[in-house]
Amino acid sequence: MSAFFVRNARTLAAAGGVGVAAASAWYYGNQTVDARVGGARKMYPPRTCTRCLWTSAPLAVAFMLGFLTSSVHQRYSCTLRAADNVPMKPVRKRYPPSADYPDLKKHNNIMASNLTPKIYAKLRDKATPAGYTLDQCIQTGVDNPGHPFIKTVGMVAGDEESYEVFAELFDAVIDERHGGYGPNDKHPTDLDWTKIRGGNFDDKYVLSSRVRTGRSIRGLSLPPACTRAERREVERVVSDALANLAGEFEGKYYPLNNMTDDEQQQLIDDHFLFDKPVSPLLTCAGMARDWPDGRGIWHNAQKNFLVWVNEEDHTRVISMEKGGNMARVFQRFCSGLKEVENQINNKGWEFMWNEHLGYILTCPSNLGTGLRAGVHVKIPRVSKDPRFENILKALRLQKRGTGGVDTAAVGGTFDISNADRLGNSEVQLVQIVIDGVDLLVRMEKELERGRSIDKLIPKGDGRGL
Amino acid sequence: MATGKPYPPAGSGIRVRPWQDYSSVRPRFRLFCKSLEIFTRSHGVWKLQGSYDSDVSIPNYPDLTVHNNWMSRCLTGDIYKKLKDKKTQSGYTLDGCIQTGVDNPGHPFIMTVGAVAGDEESYKTFADMFDPIISGRHGGYGKDAKHKTDLTFENLRGGDNLDPNYVLSSRVRTGRSIRGLALPPWCNRAERRDVEKILKEALATFDGEFSGKYYPLKGMTEQEQQQLIDDHFLFDKPVSPLLTCAGMARDWPDARGIWHNDDKTFLVWINEEDHTRVISMEKGGNMRRVFQRFCTGLKKVEDVIKSKGYEFMWNPHLGYILTCPSNLGTGLRAGVHVKLPNVSKHPDFDHFLEQLRLQKRGTGGVDTAATGGTFDISNADRLGMSEVELVQKVVDGVECSLTWRRPWKQVCLFVCLLKAMEAGKDVYTVWPKAYPDLTKHNNWMAKCLTPQMYHSLVNKKTDSGYTLDECIQTGVDNP
Repeated sequence: MSAFFVRNARTLAAAGGVGVAAASAWYYGNQTVDARVGGARKMYPPRTCTRCLWTSAPLAVAFMLGFLTSSVHQRYSCTLRAADNVPMKPVRKRYPPSADYPDLKKHNNIMASNLTPKIYAKLRDKATPAGYTLDQCIQTGVDNPGHPFIKTVGMVAGDEESYEVFAELFDAVIDERHGGYGPNDKHPTDLDWTKIRGGNFDDKYVLSSRVRTGRSIRGLSLPPACTRAERREVERVVSDALANLAGEFEGKYYPLNNMTDDEQQQLIDDHFLFDKPVSPLLTCAGMARDWPDGRGIWHNAQKNFLVWVNEEDHTRVISMEKGGNMARVFQRFCSGLKEVENQINNKGWEFMWNEHLGYILTCPSNLGTGLRAGVHVKIPRVSKDPRFENILKALRLQKRGTGGVDTAAVGGTFDISNADRLGNSEVQLVQIVIDGVDLLVRMEKELERGRSIDKLIPKGDGRGL
Repeated sequence: MATGKPYPPAGSGIRVRPWQDYSSVRPRFRLFCKSLEIFTRSHGVWKLQGSYDSDVSIPNYPDLTVHNNWMSRCLTGDIYKKLKDKKTQSGYTLDGCIQTGVDNPGHPFIMTVGAVAGDEESYKTFADMFDPIISGRHGGYGKDAKHKTDLTFENLRGGDNLDPNYVLSSRVRTGRSIRGLALPPWCNRAERRDVEKILKEALATFDGEFSGKYYPLKGMTEQEQQQLIDDHFLFDKPVSPLLTCAGMARDWPDARGIWHNDDKTFLVWINEEDHTRVISMEKGGNMRRVFQRFCTGLKKVEDVIKSKGYEFMWNPHLGYILTCPSNLGTGLRAGVHVKLPNVSKHPDFDHFLEQLRLQKRGTGGVDTAATGGTFDISNADRLGMSEVELVQKVVDGVECSLTWRRPWKQVCLFVCLLKAMEAGKDVYTVWPKAYPDLTKHNNWMAKCLTPQMYHSLVNKKTDSGYTLDECIQTGVDNP
């Protein structure tokens, strides 16, 4: 019996294949519907390929063999199944990368400066394992040509793998944003607060001190790309971890979608509450989706250690207090971070981190340490000096208004913080801020006494540590 | 940072994308493995989708407790579970469809739809959600119902002389989508530019009444921009979160533009909220001419793109396919700017409009309230009735006609009511009676019953409640 099949295998396969082919052609052919246009049978859009639907593997194999060996070579047009008189479903047209390349002529952000058509062509069809594409990374930069105060980055990462899949573009952007950083450079992480020297400013000038950073939970997508389920998982992991903290870090979690009016007012008065982002830089990247689902604020009882959940990153960790004791703020910051990390490690989770880029966050500008250590300092005289910008640049500091990155300064009170994030460790950056603010305060005092500050002006770019 | 334990942690109840550690693999092979992993497009299945064992909770289901739009009413947990892993051929997902509805719980003036389509196929792939939404939004529409398309402007009765003392301007708009290209929430830049190219070329072939010029938003001169603003033609980047959350403002102003004819009566918007919005308008009350130009222009556009091998998206069930489910069917909004300062103050005004299947808006558009008693009155329906029928409803709603037998008799009554209210008369002396059209009648009642006689007797009743209308009904029904 089996010999019969073996000897006549080819004929049988051919017959089976032709049979299946004929049946399919009849079946699918009957389903091809006249287009609305005067009864003419048309392919829409013009035929570019033929596709077949398999019903099962053995049939498919038989069909293949029959198709190849049969003398009747039938090229039939196979449409996707059309039901109920619905006209043929068109195949999505494939365009060359040049047709899809964004128009960046009026743009002034770092992505626009580095995204050449060649890079775009190379990366456009790639995707991370979660399905995040280059077009999604750059959407915020395409929609926002420029910012009045700063040259924005213009792209975001949807997950940890984005930095690898689209490395060619991200490396160039990171290099420009962080003032020179090669693809093989290593980033040092150092959260040992005992190494800090000084850090106790004059309260008459320094109104408050604050250190913030961000952390992302490995394995879950970042805010531009996360699904609701992932966002809720981040909230669950982080709030569970924070609930286990004790001592000076004992606190409470306030989810945004379940807040009472009293709690909300209290958080506003404490300047803790964050609101739905309105900046198009964030909304165009998709970070305001499903607001306020999965978002919340945690703070300790003393109100000097604060964690934002699912705002611009998975978590933003903030340590702050009134006055000029930056050293204590940083100490609390480091201990708090360590505690949180221990808690999530106990449950088996990790932060996103690697040797090259340090802590991974949504915006490339926050890679490395993600740390912004800053003070609100009253320097009306120094700020009026024409050399102020250069002084800040030499000290590796940046200024902002006291309302945040999108505001201008008011009444001579500035938010002075480190300009760098990547390439220097946390300890180094905080030291830079401490030394820089010390100098600014001394300059302010000199100017108050009517003396010149020429001798105090720093030389070079202050990178020597 | 390897902890030695499996990652992600077990027992979280949620399937999380596993982290691949290639540190133990030889360097050259490591790159191959990484590349293989990276290039495997898994269509987002590695993303957190939720526990597949539990039937009770669906981790990715949106929180719709404070929401009031059609999507939040129709999208049950079961439907969500059924559709959440599906994708259209171009890659659009259910989450993409509903994002705008999740991000915008409600609108102050209207019950919004809360879902959009990314391509033609969305309506089929996510039919389990779209069918109830469409039915709810359009006041009942079955899954197998057929929509009739009728763009024969000759079928319109009247409409050429709406009272210009009340009617300031007339306008008809609709939208059309080019089959084969994704819709504005989902299209990529190349597709959007393709839409622009197809339409630009088609419109450039027009002449006569329809010869005109295309103004791309990108690269517009100051004078052109000012002129378009003065003509009230220019559309701007959407600011409404209903649109921005759906992704319709991406890459602005790439491939957006405005085309209008030299007479400034026929206008085409490209790539705003739909592939195209076609608008025919003029000052005054000649809705008939507006509709005629509208139909002629649409036909011309369709003929030209067909000659290039393209089509509009259309099917017998949903008519013309547009981005928002509220615009399916005809996508037609025929409206007038009409002065009704007295009528609008009447408490039953909204009820009357609803009876006539009309809706009111402010003269600034859907998101505005009326000012100074001038309203934008247009048809409320889009689906289930043909274009001619909808325009007829609008025409009848603002025009007086005195025929009993026509199906739109209620319209006539409302018109008399409107005129009476405008003149300051008490509403209930006029509503709901109107003198019947007896022009074609040949019976004794028709010979004897004059309008004056009718109006003096119409409000009277016998002791048992019998009215004049009932007396003469047989004579009206039998000419």
